[in-house]
Amino acid sequence: MLHRTPLYDTHVAMGGRMVEFAGYELPVQYPTGPTAEHHAVRTASGLFDIDHMGQFELGGPDADACLQKLQVWDIEQMGEGDAHYSVLCYADGTVVDDIFLYKLHGRWLIIVNASNRAKDWEWIERHLQGFDAALIERSDELAMLALQGPKAEQILQKLTAYPLGTVATRTAVETEIGGMTVIAGRTGYTGEDGFELYVPVDGVVAFWNLLLDAGKDDGLLACGLAARDSLRFEACMPLYGHELSPHINPLEARLGWTVSWTKNFIGRDALLKVKLEKPARILVGLEMVDKAVPREHYDIAVNGQVVGHVTSGMKSPTLDKFLAMAMVPAEYSALGTRLDVIVRGQPKQAVVVKRPFYKPQYK
Amino acid sequence: MASYKLDKSVKYAKSHEWVRLEDGIAVVGVSDYAQDSLSDVVYVDLPEVGDTVTAGEQAATVESVKAAEDVNAPISGEVIEVNGALEDTPEIVNDRPYAAWFFKVKPTSSLDAELADLMSAEEYDDFVDNLDE
Repeated sequence: MLHRTPLYDTHVAMGGRMVEFAGYELPVQYPTGPTAEHHAVRTASGLFDIDHMGQFELGGPDADACLQKLQVWDIEQMGEGDAHYSVLCYADGTVVDDIFLYKLHGRWLIIVNASNRAKDWEWIERHLQGFDAALIERSDELAMLALQGPKAEQILQKLTAYPLGTVATRTAVETEIGGMTVIAGRTGYTGEDGFELYVPVDGVVAFWNLLLDAGKDDGLLACGLAARDSLRFEACMPLYGHELSPHINPLEARLGWTVSWTKNFIGRDALLKVKLEKPARILVGLEMVDKAVPREHYDIAVNGQVVGHVTSGMKSPTLDKFLAMAMVPAEYSALGTRLDVIVRGQPKQAVVVKRPFYKPQYK
Repeated sequence: MASYKLDKSVKYAKSHEWVRLEDGIAVVGVSDYAQDSLSDVVYVDLPEVGDTVTAGEQAATVESVKAAEDVNAPISGEVIEVNGALEDTPEIVNDRPYAAWFFKVKPTSSLDAELADLMSAEEYDDFVDNLDE
């Protein structure tokens, strides 16, 4: 039985094309189409139902100490209202999940991928042993939306007296928006400015409609999973199961910037070894020289020998180029390196280019 | 169910291509149902002029934001022209599916038999209806 978010009926009524994603029925697109939805987020704003993401709360006297051990980012750097991206690692340095952390009211809100929700819960619970800390499931109380794009702030501002211009990137406030108590974190998964919004479950349908109405003259569109994927792809943000997995470590995935070496955490020894020896393979950005659509799992070859694979690829709507992220041996990772992507049995030439393809436009 | 545009002047294959006969030449494209299922088309890989294509076998590939799908030749023969406009503006497949032809085939002597295997607009409408059950 697939899960549905509280907005399921709303999506269907709006003509959303419902598909299965990580055990949820979610709209992959609305009648506007993924390309139009993508452009709306780059130029105006887009609204996403992302309630499939898991929301855990960690609290208690030892919550900080426990969280330091569980994930790679140094949370001592985080004050009240701060938010940060991080990674949970296994002892061998590979990735349990990538997560987003909020520090609110002295407690931690941990946002996890839908596909990893049960696994993460079990993993965190297991490592709580010996700590005076408690993990609480908040997913059933909080619905999660994302309002993204250069006009996100001005649209959201219509619904609240709180001066949103004072909310810095990667911080959050809990305030009244649209008559509800909402947590608004200035972050997202699109490479644009915007907010992720935590709304009481029983108010989320009304809140969704309020937002669409508030943004109707600003070019706001409801957006599906396809646009979410193409937007994050252009900004080279990893997607678990593609750029991250139990077989990939954060250094291979170029997430070394999230790793705080000055503290201890699960996987540190293994990652330090990788850091010192340099990763043998690494994630690169590719641009097709020959015209072809590179897709996930396609082989990467050099002189007919398969050396790696595409982790995500598509025609970039913003840049109008055929682009891919690919895991390749470090020796083929230098900018300008020519590689072949095997498309339906045919080698198609590609070149290693700078990441991200699209530079995030944060405030 | 959603309704799809039909062109009554063409015949349809079960794999959702259409074929229109123009002065004895078979002009091939994909149906409105096909483009809608594909979602936004981003690239079309066309055959070469001079290629021989066989009815029911792959002749081209259409790539959308979702996936790469085969486009079969509904009619056997020699490819005599391909639609270069699809190279730079593949989105016309979404916008005008019955105008955005892919390739033209000079049929063989099996044309009549192959045409008989295709569906009229009415038959195709029923066929698509049953797919959506």
